[in-house]
Parts: sequence; C-alpha cells; structure tokens
Amino acid sequence: MTPAPDRPLTLAARGVTVTYPNGHVALTDATFALGGGTICALVGVNGSGKSTLFKALMGFVVPSAGAVTISDEPVRTAQRRGWVAYVPQAEEVDWTFPVNVHDVVMMGRYGYMNFLRIPRAADRDAVADALRRVGLWDLRDRQIGELSGGQKKRVFVARALAQQGRVILLDEPFTGVDVKTEEAIVALLRELRAEGRLILVSTHNLGSVPEFCDQVVLINRTVLACGPTSEVFTADNLQRAFGGALRHFDLSRSTVEEHDGRQVTVLTDDERPLVLGQGGHLEYRDRSAHEKLVADREAGKT
Amino acid sequence: MNVSLLEPFRHEFMLQAFAAGGLVAAVCAVLSCYLVLRGWSLMGDAVSHAVLPGIVLAYLAGLPLGVGAFASGLLCATGTGWIKRHTRVKEDTVMGVVFTGLFALGLVLHVRTPSELHLDHILFGNLLGIEPGQLRETTILAGGVLAVVLALRRTLLLAAFDPSHTRVLGFPLRALDTLLLALLALAIVASIQAVGIVLVIAMLITPGATAFLLVRRFDAMLAVATGGAVVSTFIGIYVSFFADASTAACIVLVQALGFVAALTLSAGGRLRRRAAPPADPA
Amino acid sequence: MSLDLLLQPFSYDYMLTALWVSTLIGAVCGLLSGFITLKGWSLMGDALSHAVVPGVGLAHLAGLPLSLGAFTSGLLAAAAMSFVKLKTPVREDAVIGVVFTAFFAFGILLISLFPAQLDLKSIIFGNILAIAPGDVAQLVAISVLCVAVLALQWRDLLLFSFDPNQARTLGLPVRRLHLTLLLLLSATTVAALQAVGAILVVAMLITPGATAYLLTDRFGRMLVLGSALGAFTAFAGAYASYFLDGATGGCIVVLQTLGFLLAFVFGPKHGLLAARRARRRLCLVAPAVAP
Repeated sequence: MTPAPDRPLTLAARGVTVTYPNGHVALTDATFALGGGTICALVGVNGSGKSTLFKALMGFVVPSAGAVTISDEPVRTAQRRGWVAYVPQAEEVDWTFPVNVHDVVMMGRYGYMNFLRIPRAADRDAVADALRRVGLWDLRDRQIGELSGGQKKRVFVARALAQQGRVILLDEPFTGVDVKTEEAIVALLRELRAEGRLILVSTHNLGSVPEFCDQVVLINRTVLACGPTSEVFTADNLQRAFGGALRHFDLSRSTVEEHDGRQVTVLTDDERPLVLGQGGHLEYRDRSAHEKLVADREAGKT
Repeated sequence: MNVSLLEPFRHEFMLQAFAAGGLVAAVCAVLSCYLVLRGWSLMGDAVSHAVLPGIVLAYLAGLPLGVGAFASGLLCATGTGWIKRHTRVKEDTVMGVVFTGLFALGLVLHVRTPSELHLDHILFGNLLGIEPGQLRETTILAGGVLAVVLALRRTLLLAAFDPSHTRVLGFPLRALDTLLLALLALAIVASIQAVGIVLVIAMLITPGATAFLLVRRFDAMLAVATGGAVVSTFIGIYVSFFADASTAACIVLVQALGFVAALTLSAGGRLRRRAAPPADPA
Repeated sequence: MSLDLLLQPFSYDYMLTALWVSTLIGAVCGLLSGFITLKGWSLMGDALSHAVVPGVGLAHLAGLPLSLGAFTSGLLAAAAMSFVKLKTPVREDAVIGVVFTAFFAFGILLISLFPAQLDLKSIIFGNILAIAPGDVAQLVAISVLCVAVLALQWRDLLLFSFDPNQARTLGLPVRRLHLTLLLLLSATTVAALQAVGAILVVAMLITPGATAYLLTDRFGRMLVLGSALGAFTAFAGAYASYFLDGATGGCIVVLQTLGFLLAFVFGPKHGLLAARRARRRLCLVAPAVAP
C-alpha cells in the first residue's frame, strides 16, 4: 500500500482546469509540483479555488483539462492504494453520530481491510499508535460529540495517521482550535514531514505559514506562485493573491517605529499576522528550526 | 358536444365543488409559498396526517370535527418542536415518528369506534359530495386564514427568509412560527372535505414550488402560485367529473403537470439567464 | 381475560403467518432504520413509501408480482427526484414532496378508476392478516437479501453515512453505496407495505432506529437494538390487532411510537430525565453557573 521504494513521492498538477456543471470555471491551468518531506501551505482567499484544488487532488472533481498525479499515478489509483489522507473541517460531519473515537480512527483503515472490513491485529495496532500520537488514547471510548473542538480535530488527524497516507491534506486545520492544540498539531506535522510524507495545508491564516510550512502554493483562480516559503511569501505575491482583501499595516510608517525604534509588538486576537521585515524578510518565530531544515535540504541536494 | 362539455356547470353540487375547491386551493397555495421557502414542506405532510386522531376523538366527544383536527394537528407541530429541543434526534426523524404515531393512533381509534365517520372521506376528501353547511364552514375557515396570511405576509416572509434577523428586529419569532403552524393546521382542516388529509400535502407544496421556478419576486410568487393552483383545481374537478375518478387525485395530478411545465419552461433558458450567477462552490 | 383467549390468535393459521411475517418485516425494517435516521433520509422513506402505490396498482392490474411494480415505481420516483433536484434551485424537501405526492395521486387515481380490481384499504393500510402465500415467499426473499447485503456492507454504509468525503478519499464506491442504500430502502418499503400500508411504512423505517439512537452510543448496538425493537413491536402489534379487528399497521406503529416516547423520557443517557439529572448535578457542582 506504499509507493514502491524506487518511485519517490511526488504530487503534481499539470494545467488543471476545473469547470463545474453549471458552467462556473473555478480553476484555470493550475500547475505545480511537490515532493515528499514537505509541509506546503495552500494559500488564497475564499473563492480563490482553494477548495476546488483540494477536491481535484482528492479526486472529488475531475479536471476538464490537465491532470493530477501522485508518484506518477492518477489520483484514482493513489486513492485505491490509500496514499491520500484527508483531514476535513469539523463542520463536515455529524457529531451526534453513534460512533466513538476508536471507531472513527478505525475508518481510516478501511482501505487495508477485506471486503467485510473486519479489523486485523495490524489495523488495531495502527489505530492504537495513531491515537497515542495525538494524545487521545484515554478518550478512545468517548462518543465523538463529547469531545472539545481541539480534540475533534485531533480525531481526524489520528484517522489520517492510521491510514498511513503518503499525502495528507488538511483543510483549515487551525480554525476554531486553541493555541495548545495548534502547537500539538504543528509538532505532529513536523514529525510526519521528517518521515518523508507530503503534507498540504489549506489555510488563510497567513501568520502561521512561515512558522511551519517550508513551501507555499499561492492561488487565485490559478496557481500564482509555488516554491519555498521565503521565495514565494513576498509582499508582492501576497498582494497579487489577495488583492484588496488583505489588510496592510505598514509598521515602517507607524508611529510605533518613531517612538520605539525596533521594538515592535503586534497583537491580534484570532489569526496570527504575517510580519515582513525589511526587503520582504520573513519573520519566523522559530528561526533555528527553519534554517536547519533549509540547510539539511541544501546538504541533501548536493 | 357543447352541451355535454358544459354539463358539469349545470349541477348545483358541481358549482359548490368548484367554489370549495378553488378556495381551498388558494389558501393552500399561499401557505405553500411560505412552507417551500422556510423548508417546512415536511411540516404540511406531518400536520395533515396528525389530524386523524383529533377528528375521531372529536366525533366521540360530540365536538365539531374541525376543533379536534386543529388541536391534534397543532399538537403534532408543537410536540415535534418540543421533542426536537430536548433530544439529539434529527428534526425530520422526530417529525416522522410523531406524525406516524398520531396517524396510527387515529387508525386504531377509528377501528374501535363504530361510527358514521367515513375514513375514505377523511383521507381522500369528497369534494363532489360537499354539503352547503360544509361549504359555509370551508368558506369561513379558508377566508379567515387567507385574510390573516395576506395581512401579515411581509412579516411572515421575513421570518421565513431570515429567522435570526427577525429576532434581532424584535419580532417574536417563536410566536410567528406558531402562528404559521396554526394557520397551516386551519388550512388543512378546511381542506379535509375537499381533498382529504393525504393529498392536501401536494396542495401545500406543489404550487409554491412551481411558482418558485417561474418568478423571482415574492409577491409575484404568491400570485402565480394562487392563480395556478386555482386553475389546476378547476381543471382537476372538471376532468374528474367525466373520468369518474378520484377528484383529489385529479387535482393533484394537474398541479403536478403544472410543475413539470414550469420545469420545462425554466430549463428552456429564458429564466436561466436571469438567474443570479452561481455561487462559488469553493 | 382467560388464558384461552390470549392464546386464541395462535390457533389460526392466518394469524400465525401474520405474526411471523410481521416479525420478520419489523426486524428487517428496524435494521435498516438505523441507516435511514442517521443518513437523514426520513423524508425519503416517507416519499418512497407513497411513491410505490401506482406501481402496486399497475402490477396488480397487469397480473405481475406486486414487488416488481412497487420496486420499479419507487426507483422511478427516486430518479425523478434526483433529476428535478439537479435541474432546479428548489429546496430538496420541496422537490421530494412534489414528486411523491404526484406519484401517490396517480396511484389513487388508478384505484378510483378500477375499484373492482384494486382494494384501496389493503394498499393504504396493509393487509397482513390476509397475505397470500406467494407474497410471503417474496417477502422472505426480500428480507434475506436485505439482511445479507447489510451484514456484508454495514461498515462501508456506516462510513458513507458518517463521512462521505472520507469514503471517497479511501476509494470506496460512494455512488454505488448510495444506490445500495436506496435499493435497500425501496425493497424494505415494498415489504413493509404489506404489513402496515403505504402511509405508515415510514414509521417502520425510522421509529425503531430513532429509539435505538436514544439508547446507545455505538452504531453496532444501535442496529441490533433497532432490529430487535422492530421485531418485537411488529409481533406485539400483529398480536394485538387480532383483538382489535384488524388495523395491524396502526397497532404496530402505535407501539413503536410508545417505545420511542419511553426511550425519550427514560433513556439512560440521552433521555429527558437523565438530561435533567445531569443538569442538576452540574448546578450542584458549580452553583455559580446559571442553569
């Protein structure tokens, strides 16, 4: 159920155009390519075609032109082999369903089971391991509606882990989630990256992107830019992706600078702001980790 | 030939049937616009089935049947709402459980009651056999409901379109909902004689859905629904006279044909272009 | 009432048949009702049960098996609904309402045109007490088929009901699962039609499931419980109807509704009283928090 070792993990979209039955063209000629061991952010405003691209990657919509391939296989094959795991937004399911945490995570293993979906020891082990990794093992017998918002999110992450997907898609994983859960999920995503998986996170929370994503795909009806965060995440590109939808607060012209020199504090309630330094220099909260990753990747290349 | 085509209009009972049918169709059509927009189509279904035990009990107690029907119809609507608020079961399921339970209770009660109550007439109406007294009753009920709905049509529309905004504006939303349910129950009571409780559901959904396909303004929707429903009812009654078939079924089928016609018309493109650009599914 | 009188129903062949056939139908409908309630298809069940009536009428007139006619007309209605839903901006519940009432009206029209051949009462209210041996065989076949399909596919159907997107990413045949559930619904509707009639079929298809849903948090248990409830109420209702001169459907559904109300009030965790107790406990622990 895993890609052959001689076939490296890749995710590629080539000229993907999606037209809905009502004639609406949601995405035009989207092209990008990603490799394993990556956390990539998919960034765009609402209505930019972000969800459509997600759906195309998951095989929910068939592109009217172009194609998506995963390790050079079409999405359909990748699906059957259990390569693609999906972490949905919490609103997408009915939380009053009479299933417990363990049941939901076990659903991630269906692809590995026989026709009757009777779990084997390997399935139970994978589920137990996933539940322990997200810290929900003690809550495994809870009905899912009795969980907190952050715990609900972690159930889905655990399901993706149990599925052992090579490509993990997360749809707005940090909305309605407390800071602690966010940090736990980010830590987990870093572990998964270290294991060589490809993680694609759709988000409109710009501030958290440089912190844990090493690549970015910027979209607005098509792919505007794709590449390492430090190259793609520039004020120019973001302006193109967001147009007027982005609130711009230029600190260099603020009174704060005049009074306090370099001492700048930015407080926001909900979403983390993106802070750009001089010349578009990205502000990282955890700089060393990022630089280590960049260095490692350079070393790997040469 | 001409003589025989005009035959239905020569009978007193047919003229009464046209009058009663037209009135009932108009009332149901007006209400259907609200039900369709509010997403309450199933509510008409539920309330109409639920009136059965009320009718049987009212008969046993010697009360006017309409009173019993109204009471049990309202009991179904409010009971569903109350149970929904106190349980995690989905609303449509609760409604299904409650109305089938009440209907079944009515059946069992009816079997145990040696009575003159004709189950067939309650279920499928007896428009051609309507008596002057019943026509008067229907006229008063239907006229009353129609007057109230038309007088409050803008407020009811607001409640159907945007419930939370209605509350923000300080309107008593719960009271408005209850009022709409009470009007619905009354309209169903008025329709029992004409089309029966099983097929009144169609009259409470189809005209509104048809008009929704054809026009974009609510006032126009009310007018189209009412006009269409009254005309289809006349045609249905007229056809049933010659076909010697169930009047209620004929009325409902003519209304359904109207819906199909509207569907073809609106799919023909004229309205497609006028439709708002499709929302981004993203 | 003497014991003799209580045992009297069992001394008639037609009652024995009615009892075991009702129990079987109750069990199968109860099993499926778990999926119907959770999938939010209650209205669909109601709609299909009305929509099969013209098929039953036509099959009867043509001398074909009733199940065949009912099944065909149910599926036609389902296809009409999805077609109209695709083509119009009308809300789904309204579309379902328009289609099923039209089908039902056509059925009533047929019955009124051929009163000699078609018995209104047995179609609308069922007539299990006078069921023909051929119909019994059909019912058994339908039941066995449904139970077999559910036994083999219930986990897939569970995932499909709970999270269709996940089912798709795993490569499950979502469209086929949808169709499977629809076919099962139509088939059980045809079966239940004989027992309780067109109007009350929907109760058989949702009430046991809704009741079981109030009693447990596990899906597997919910299915078993729903099936048991359906079987028991159908048996008891058919038995009671012996003493009530018919109205088998009414008796069965009244019992099922009573069961739901009992679970609603006394359910161990999700019941009205349990919720009240839990709230009171919460108030005792944290008196500062207003209830």
